[in-house]
Amino acid sequence: MLLIPCPYCGERPEIEFSYGGEAHVVRAPANATDAEWTAFLYQRSNARGSYAERWRHAHGCGRFFNARRNTVTDFFEQTYKIGEVPA
Amino acid sequence: MQKFSAFALAKEALSGQKGWDRQWRDAAPKPAYEAIIVGGGGHGLGTAYYLAKKHGLRNIAVLEKGWIGGGNTGRNTTIIRSNYLFDESAALYDHAVKLWEGLSADLNYNVMFSQRGVLMLSHNVHDEQVFKRHVHANRLNGVDNEWLSPEQAKSFCPPLNIGPGMRHAVTGAALQRRAGTARHDAVAWGYARAADALGVDIIQNCEVTGIDRDASGRISGVQTSRGAIATRRLGIVAAGNTSVLMAMAGQRMPLESYPLQALVSEPIKPIFPCVVMSNTIHAYISQSDKGELVIGAGTDAYISYSQRGALHISSHTLEAICELFPMFRRMRMLRNWGGIVDVTPDRSPIIARTDVPGLYVNCGWGTGGFKATPGSADLFAYTMAKDEPHRINAPFNLERFGAGRLIDEAAAAAVAH
Repeated sequence: MLLIPCPYCGERPEIEFSYGGEAHVVRAPANATDAEWTAFLYQRSNARGSYAERWRHAHGCGRFFNARRNTVTDFFEQTYKIGEVPA
Repeated sequence: MQKFSAFALAKEALSGQKGWDRQWRDAAPKPAYEAIIVGGGGHGLGTAYYLAKKHGLRNIAVLEKGWIGGGNTGRNTTIIRSNYLFDESAALYDHAVKLWEGLSADLNYNVMFSQRGVLMLSHNVHDEQVFKRHVHANRLNGVDNEWLSPEQAKSFCPPLNIGPGMRHAVTGAALQRRAGTARHDAVAWGYARAADALGVDIIQNCEVTGIDRDASGRISGVQTSRGAIATRRLGIVAAGNTSVLMAMAGQRMPLESYPLQALVSEPIKPIFPCVVMSNTIHAYISQSDKGELVIGAGTDAYISYSQRGALHISSHTLEAICELFPMFRRMRMLRNWGGIVDVTPDRSPIIARTDVPGLYVNCGWGTGGFKATPGSADLFAYTMAKDEPHRINAPFNLERFGAGRLIDEAAAAAVAH
């Protein structure tokens, strides 16, 4: 089980969190083409290595935050609040 | 290829087992191939075999970054079934079951396909309605599936607990009698041996590091850890690493890769006659011919390429196993491992051409690819040979996401499959 550093509460066990998928995926505008909608809804970088993703501390503070985690080692490189620019 | 038979076995038994050949050559890469398959699992090796056998291609290579069958082919729980809800899926998975039925004879290699039946347990009203709908849909599609009462389920699988006081009581079960298991390693080895006999080069320890395209955008070759290899026809069959490979050709995929776990117990005498699955409390179990209980757990919540899963995921499954089969409560688990599964948004696979001429992809099998191995390989070989999909895999294209024609087995099963 991972220990996840919530930027509000500190390190907590993984089972307190829910996963929110890839971070910084920008919503397609209302007049987007089918291809743009497909990219927004379905296509993900699914990167092997450093990956920006969203988590929610569902059974803690309840807040969403972003993380950068290495998907090969599962090591959390950093977590940061929504709206913050990663270091 | 040296033919395996009762006569050959007897002959070798009398001559000290000294006359067996290598089952496939340890090929070194040639400068160019007519077709290259990236990924030496069951699906990839099978694709090469059918390309050579049914479509007459002779100059084919299978590139594998590790050893063949060392990825998800060697890591799954070997369950084979075709009781999927939608017409497209039933046709696809039943095509595979029909090929499984003749596979050992076709490959002259015993893949130990055993149609011992798969029992899918229902624990509540919702399960019962969903499974009965599956039973009816399957029968309309010519796929066998039947509904059993808890007592009938227990008589089919005597270790099953249907007693009072269970937290998740068994309210019935769907049974597919033609479903079962096969020996996973034998599938990789059997396809490798048969493909090699048709001239396919199986190149291990050869990792693809780049995909080359010519001025028109068409595939022109691959860069690998063992040098550049030219080809104009490239098939990606790389399960969890598909997104990584497709990114080398500039393609973003509708895939996410998750660790999926399995575990086996210490070996015991034959005790468990079939495969039992419970989607609701999440457990899969069968017994291998070696005697180990083979148990499938769930996926982790997050994307990972680590090939290991968290302990709380497998503990959760073992709790379910202990409740369903109290006789296993004191069993010891011997090994636990993870594989990386590539999951699509609708939990249905992609077997298709891509926007890049000469590039084909077979992926998105998620948590249930082993069962489809021969069907997937056969249809992907057809697609690569003819540059158009077979009728059965035509719906499993990349365009379905943009067009909204999802084959939503995720919603149908309500869990990963």
